[in-house]
Amino acid sequence: MSLSPEKALAYWRANLRIIWTYLAIWFVVSYGCGILFVEQLDAIQFFGFPLGFWFAQQGSIFIFVILIWAYVFSTNKLDEKYDVHE
Amino acid sequence: MSLDLLTYLFIGGSFALYIGIAIWARAGSTKEFYVAGGGVHPIANGMATAADWMSAASFISLAGIISFVGRDGSAYLMGWTGGYVMLAMLLAPYLRKFGKFTVPDFVGDRYYSNTARMIAVLCTIVISFTYVAGQMRGVGIVFSRYLHVDVNTGVLLGMAIVFFYAVLGGMKGITYTQVAQYCVLILAFTVPAFFLSAQITGHFLPQIGLGATLGSGQSVLATLDSLSVELGFKAYTDGSKSTIDMVFFTVALMAGTAGLPHVIVRFFTVPRVKDARTSAGWALIFIAILYTSIPGVAGFGRVNLINTINGDDKAGTAYAEMPSWFKNWETSGLIGWYDHNGDGKVQYAAGDAFEGSKPDFTEGAGEFGQRLVSNPKMEPAAVNGAPFANEVYVDRDIMVLANPEIANLPAWVIALVAAGAVAAALSTAAGLLLVISTAIAHDMMKKTINPNITDKQELMYARLAAVVAICIAGYFGINPPGFVAQVVALAFGLACASVFPVLLMGIFSKRMNTEGAVTGMLVGLVSTMGYIIYFKFMGGSPDDYFFGISPEGFGTVGMILNFASAFLVSSMTPAPSAEIQAIVENIRIPRGAGEAHAH
Repeated sequence: MSLSPEKALAYWRANLRIIWTYLAIWFVVSYGCGILFVEQLDAIQFFGFPLGFWFAQQGSIFIFVILIWAYVFSTNKLDEKYDVHE
Repeated sequence: MSLDLLTYLFIGGSFALYIGIAIWARAGSTKEFYVAGGGVHPIANGMATAADWMSAASFISLAGIISFVGRDGSAYLMGWTGGYVMLAMLLAPYLRKFGKFTVPDFVGDRYYSNTARMIAVLCTIVISFTYVAGQMRGVGIVFSRYLHVDVNTGVLLGMAIVFFYAVLGGMKGITYTQVAQYCVLILAFTVPAFFLSAQITGHFLPQIGLGATLGSGQSVLATLDSLSVELGFKAYTDGSKSTIDMVFFTVALMAGTAGLPHVIVRFFTVPRVKDARTSAGWALIFIAILYTSIPGVAGFGRVNLINTINGDDKAGTAYAEMPSWFKNWETSGLIGWYDHNGDGKVQYAAGDAFEGSKPDFTEGAGEFGQRLVSNPKMEPAAVNGAPFANEVYVDRDIMVLANPEIANLPAWVIALVAAGAVAAALSTAAGLLLVISTAIAHDMMKKTINPNITDKQELMYARLAAVVAICIAGYFGINPPGFVAQVVALAFGLACASVFPVLLMGIFSKRMNTEGAVTGMLVGLVSTMGYIIYFKFMGGSPDDYFFGISPEGFGTVGMILNFASAFLVSSMTPAPSAEIQAIVENIRIPRGAGEAHAH
């Protein structure tokens, strides 16, 4: 492999940055909106659901799916940028 | 066509399909047996992962749980899907790059220690057996209810089918049968969900239907809330668990999901690192189709159940006029009725109808033809302002299976649901059995006890181990331990407190060494097992919960203890060799994954 240690480190840092960003969203929609701030959100009605309840039983799952795909596209782009793709 | 005939046709037809696929996809080498040759397309792998993951618990039990506990059930929905986000970002691509067959393989090689490998083998086996017992039981229930065979005969039939394709086909056979099983189970879940949703709300999608407004002008959820409160239950959209317990429980389910060996191993079957990420994405889409339908099914089922039992006048329905599903499930022992007020009507409200909540049936039939019970509630009373005392026991597990009957859906839908439930249970059982046999043949025999055995001998051991595992699983299916529900907490607790952290540290910390990893795993294992055993089996009182955290959520505490002790010990002991550090650097870079290999 022709990857220099500096470049490998830079790739890894960029990768970690992507992971942290998406995991932050993951945390906010599930633990934040679905559990911690649920009472405040429940005061808002959202298509017939109390919003907190919607996040806990529907919304968080939809967002999880989007997150994984966003992660797939971001890392594929990153792999190509650092020329480490397969 | 009668329901019986249709059910035989649907289940028989699906079995023929699975067997056909198994013969087509026989495994010839250990690589095919363990990881399907490493050439599975990401979409196929996503479907197989979804079928592998969605067990009898997801298919049969989860909607029932949510139906009866409402808001608190959210932890399962978020936990069992959110875990895939962790899996996709934190574990799957790196473990695929590492390119071995099993989870203990990674642990043993990364921490250059057979002790670490054996602890991982132990966790894998305990987790998988715990799980598989429940699946066999699920198959038995479906067979006994729909095909009118004895539960035990049902379990034996299920064993025979799994035996056929798991032992013959290994991972290759399992992967392609799981793809077929996914299609069966998702149809079986969504078709009745569409029907139910359309019937109650006029919207086909249960995801939208649950928020719809009913003819009364109230939304479905508001109707559920008021129905529940009238009958003395807490409001459907209110939770009863404390916030801290909800958080810890959800973390335990998520990290537990990400750490389940039979799920992780699925990501070893794809050709490239990129495919491991993509197939996690596909898997979650396929899983989300079912999981986002569950809250709708749960809600509609509950409305239907209450309205059917208590009737339009909300005063109860005469037993003689109860629809046939009520009596059928009574025959299966999952519904029980005792006429506390002697009016011949069935009334459903909060509170127990029987001493110890479940009915103990005795021989003979009562005045109206109902099954007799030996333990009616002494001094039955209406609770929390309900209009009457509860007279029925309804097992949570029947919600999904009985829903189509309660809603009067066509017979073919009911037969389809039966075939779907069996597909869900069998696909998960097969995946688990494979992980058990791999752990024994590959990690114990080949890697630890006798490294000199040939590929052929190893394959023979793997098949032998699968046979033994199926027999043990069948035994537990026929003689279910009374504590299946409790043991599931144990499986997730162990995966969360031991497997997940050790994998995570192996990838993200170059400095983590054998001493740290072994200490961490043991601390996580012992603390979690100890807590669960104390509170679940030795009668510990909930008042003594550590910060109010229930045993189901304690895996999270175990995980934190695991991390803390692992980092502490590894900081006091020498760093791993340059070679191991180079391995860690290598798994972080996607290029050069090659195919999964043995050495």
